[in-house]
Amino acid sequence: MQRALRPKRFHQLWPFYLLAAPGILYFLTFHYIPMTGLILAFKEYSPFKGMMDSPWVGLDNFRQFFGTSDFYMLLKNTLLISLLNLIIYFPFTIFLSLLLNEVRLKVFKRVSQTIVYLPHFLSWVVIYGITISFFGPSGVINHYLGQWFDGNANFLVSNEWFRPLVIFQSIWKDAGWGTIIFLAALAGINPEQYEAAKVDGASRLQSIWHITLPGIKGTIVILLLLRLGSSMDSNFMQIFLMTNSLNLDVSNVFDLFVYHVGLEQFNYSFAITVGMFKSVASLILVLGANYAARLLGEEGIF
Amino acid sequence: MKLKATWFDTIIVVIICLISLLVILPFLYIIAVSFSPPGDSMAGNFFIWPKHWTLDAYSYLLNANTFLTSVKNSVIITAMGTVLSLFVSITLAYALSKKFLPGRRIMLLVIFFTMIFHGGMIPNYLVVKNLGLIDSYWAVVLPAASSAFNIMVIRSFFQSLPESLDEAARIDGAGEFRILYSIVLPLSKPIIATFTLFFMVQFWNEFFSAVIYLNDTTRWPIQPLLRQMVAISASNISAEAAVDASLAANLGPNVQNAAILLAMLPIVMVYPFLQKYFAKGAMLGSIKE
Repeated sequence: MQRALRPKRFHQLWPFYLLAAPGILYFLTFHYIPMTGLILAFKEYSPFKGMMDSPWVGLDNFRQFFGTSDFYMLLKNTLLISLLNLIIYFPFTIFLSLLLNEVRLKVFKRVSQTIVYLPHFLSWVVIYGITISFFGPSGVINHYLGQWFDGNANFLVSNEWFRPLVIFQSIWKDAGWGTIIFLAALAGINPEQYEAAKVDGASRLQSIWHITLPGIKGTIVILLLLRLGSSMDSNFMQIFLMTNSLNLDVSNVFDLFVYHVGLEQFNYSFAITVGMFKSVASLILVLGANYAARLLGEEGIF
Repeated sequence: MKLKATWFDTIIVVIICLISLLVILPFLYIIAVSFSPPGDSMAGNFFIWPKHWTLDAYSYLLNANTFLTSVKNSVIITAMGTVLSLFVSITLAYALSKKFLPGRRIMLLVIFFTMIFHGGMIPNYLVVKNLGLIDSYWAVVLPAASSAFNIMVIRSFFQSLPESLDEAARIDGAGEFRILYSIVLPLSKPIIATFTLFFMVQFWNEFFSAVIYLNDTTRWPIQPLLRQMVAISASNISAEAAVDASLAANLGPNVQNAAILLAMLPIVMVYPFLQKYFAKGAMLGSIKE
């Protein structure tokens, strides 16, 4: 019965392949063809000879890259920003979720959620603009620093302030939005547990510690591992906007380096080498994170 | 049920109020500066309530050709991108939602792999360049037409629709395109609305691909222009001096902040609709099969 109703032969199936075609074509063109460009990492690209006929250089580009101090600087900067996000931004999101979850007044909860989600939808350029209005040389903060303390700080053009500012921007933009997934997990905790705890005389702090947190442990672990898996990625848009020649020592991350070398100096081969190192390292980290999740008895990311 | 507020509730409400305030204050400040004469904000003699009101910044921006052109470009890119992304994502996700389709697994694998591995910035650039898309709106629109994540979310929505619907329609002699158009799509309004908003925000906020693919600055959407307008005030940042001279000459803090506001205005306008849908969409994305 069922079989007769489902398209099985090609003359019944072609509409589905036709529907899939534009999408598949898109993925092949803009995701798979670029992967073939990685071959240039092993060549010395010459625009006159083209991709295929440029001479092979084997691992020279990689040797050159790992041999420079740039490599260690990029690795350090990239990982430090990820690490700071992990130990400041991430717990703050959990903290905010717990707070919102404890609000008993529905209207207040909805209003405050609406407010804290908003910055997520703004572009990084807008965030950058707001940052300049506040932290720029003639921004409001420097104005008051000058008025009250007789001094000012070069927030945007100094090494010390780059990381704090970037982390603060991430929190301001995305911490609210990040609570959604935790709130969903929190909504899944059985309310009977809280009632039982209350009967046993637990305070609200105690029930947060013994019921709420263990209840979202799985979500925390998965998200933590996902973030670890993406530690080679910095938020490129954000960094790209916040960087300048005076904070390059701390702001230069892999993606930014690739941009400068590739699209400003037109050294395609070397830029692709760096990009490929990043892609492969990311792949290993993601697969490792997934494996770790499974070891911990969680479902894993995929 | 009557709620009795304890000290615990009070502390929580206070902390959340402080955090919300921290989110709102920058907006109020930006608005205030944009409505003040430049001298006032530089002297810093107000914070969120302008001392003197003026619409100068807005009337200036709405008469500046460069700015208006960038808004026009943004509207075109957003419209093109949204329509194209919806088309590509819905058709592919629909086909992949059919469990009987031979080759479905391999297509899913091909798409899924792009989530964990990609060629990177330069190979992408070379592809766009070799396709001859530099300086065309398509360079911004096409490479961002879809993503594995979008496909997965939309597909799982289609899979949640009852299969018996299609089968009934097939018995009645409806063709597959007709089933998609007259039965599936009307039932999918929530997910289509979610992704329409999602794509609109994405393309309106698009910045970097415009910077690298559009050398012709008259094609620039609003985000890269805004970046140059605000970067000029952060001295030492050598904005690659391209904003046209007349615009640069008049860049007071009021004009800069008015531009920031205008660049986020469409987002703030769709936000009330967006927020409800997106919260659902984000959770949908987190639910696995």
